[in-house]
Amino acid sequence: MLSAAEWDAIQLSLRIALSAVGWILLPGIAVAWLLARREFRGKALLDGIVHLPLVLPPVVIGYLLLVSLGRRGVVGQWLYELAGVSLPFTWQGAAVASGVMAFPLLVRAVRLSLEAVDPKLEAAAYTLGASRWRIFLTVTLPLCVPGLITGTMLAFARALSEFGATITFASNIPGETRTLPLALYSLIQTPGQEAAAARLCVISVVIAMISLVASEWLARNARRRTSERDGQEA
Amino acid sequence: MTGQRLPSGGLRVSVQKRQGRFALDADLDLPASGVSALFGASGSGKTTLLRLVAGLDRPDAGRIALGERTLVNVDDKTFVPPNRRRIGVVFQEPRLFPHYRVRKNLAYGMPASARPRFDAVVALLGIGHLLDRMPGTLSGGEAQRVAIGRALLTEPDLLLMDEPLSGLDGARKRELLQFIRRLVNEINIPVVYISHDPAEITAIADHLTVLENGRVLASDTLESVLLRVDLTEQLGGFDAASTLDATVVGHDDHYGLTELAVDDERILSVPLYDAPVGTRLRLRIPARDVALAVNAPEGTSYRNRLAACIEALTPLPQDPAAMEAILQLGEQRLRARLTRKSRDEMALAEGQHVTALIRSVAFDTRWR
Repeated sequence: MLSAAEWDAIQLSLRIALSAVGWILLPGIAVAWLLARREFRGKALLDGIVHLPLVLPPVVIGYLLLVSLGRRGVVGQWLYELAGVSLPFTWQGAAVASGVMAFPLLVRAVRLSLEAVDPKLEAAAYTLGASRWRIFLTVTLPLCVPGLITGTMLAFARALSEFGATITFASNIPGETRTLPLALYSLIQTPGQEAAAARLCVISVVIAMISLVASEWLARNARRRTSERDGQEA
Repeated sequence: MTGQRLPSGGLRVSVQKRQGRFALDADLDLPASGVSALFGASGSGKTTLLRLVAGLDRPDAGRIALGERTLVNVDDKTFVPPNRRRIGVVFQEPRLFPHYRVRKNLAYGMPASARPRFDAVVALLGIGHLLDRMPGTLSGGEAQRVAIGRALLTEPDLLLMDEPLSGLDGARKRELLQFIRRLVNEINIPVVYISHDPAEITAIADHLTVLENGRVLASDTLESVLLRVDLTEQLGGFDAASTLDATVVGHDDHYGLTELAVDDERILSVPLYDAPVGTRLRLRIPARDVALAVNAPEGTSYRNRLAACIEALTPLPQDPAAMEAILQLGEQRLRARLTRKSRDEMALAEGQHVTALIRSVAFDTRWR
């Protein structure tokens, strides 16, 4: 039903998007917590930097990544010498690029749900002998699960559809960095491939719909678990 | 409960804290057992004081110690965080964790050493049938009982309660008040109880601290603070009351009356009160419901006539027409309100023997 090249692109896209979400999850929660619960100097600056990928053209982000993480980049040079890691033109590089682009969406969703957690519950847990870390893991985070799911799904969808930063930073290499959007773009550039392009387009829509429905379902389940109330009276 | 908690002394607080325009400057010493009430109007500093003791806020200056343990000392920068104070807190709202069932809420702060007491605490609070429910499905009274259990199961050295009944209606309030009282009797844990309701305080407290504008006006046993005529305004004004301890000695089913002995010579009869003979009760008697007679009167519908001796006669600060008498009834004291005119016409004087006529009595079950 699907051609080998199509399969490649789908698997690569999923792998890159999942890795992207995977690496931004913990930093995203940490930054969301800082923005939601802490007052510190430079908070506005941090907030601004986090939101940059949302407002800058993705090509600019790709360029900045190249400058910083490229083999001769400020951090990239160091990475290469110490660990032998080179990110540009690899699928890992594509995961970094799509992760950066998805980061603000994750942070925004998690921050909103953190702000909705009642600090009075955290104070109560504190008087019950829980350490700050335990409070976060047992009270704050579980109450954020719906927001966490929404944020993760948004970030996943964003990573899946990432184009500009990826093609700039990781290029368009078949089997390595040619994700669905890049494959689609390549087909559109090639005369006589309109049908193949249309097939990829349909595949993209189907994957997006599946992830959307799955996230709705998960979030609704999580919400139901945390707020069993009316009509439950025995 | 182990016997070695609070080796000596109770809670010692000497703190200053400024919050905007409000300044708390409190110095007090609370006993190591029983219920100590912190009483005052809203804005008097009760909750500020509680948060300092719990460790949820830091004082600007001063120190707080529980028994031998220093919790805060601003001078040498000691600050024990709330999770290591071993102080349980019951807030105005139950603050149950909405994502855990009641059982897990109760166990949240429970050390392994408290596990054997789980069933007893659950039984004491009557929440056994709620264990598998989610907090969102509980009524206000049920949720507050779970919150009390949750705090108790952390094995605290001190239990702080910040107006725990404020969200409840009258019947629930009385019920929970009895739970709390029973708990203090059965588990020997000192309780600091915040309230702005004088009736609630007389029902539950052994020790009473009166706060006003961030300062301590009085801090002593409940009986002696309630006899402070100069605090009438703070203690309920028109409704100011004092207490008598009494024992149920008999019931008269024919007339629907219960006999209560204040002491060997003084018997009160009150509407039938369902409690076994021998039950010790604390009675709350408003000063305006006690009248004085120079001679034991005949032919009056006042059933309750107690021999008394006037210990003190004091003008009421707020009401130039009124006076208050502190009466001696054997070992106990009672307040009576009268007009200045009556005092003059009856030529009442300190040391005089009179009869106290008691019009109404309110009950608070205690010492079952």
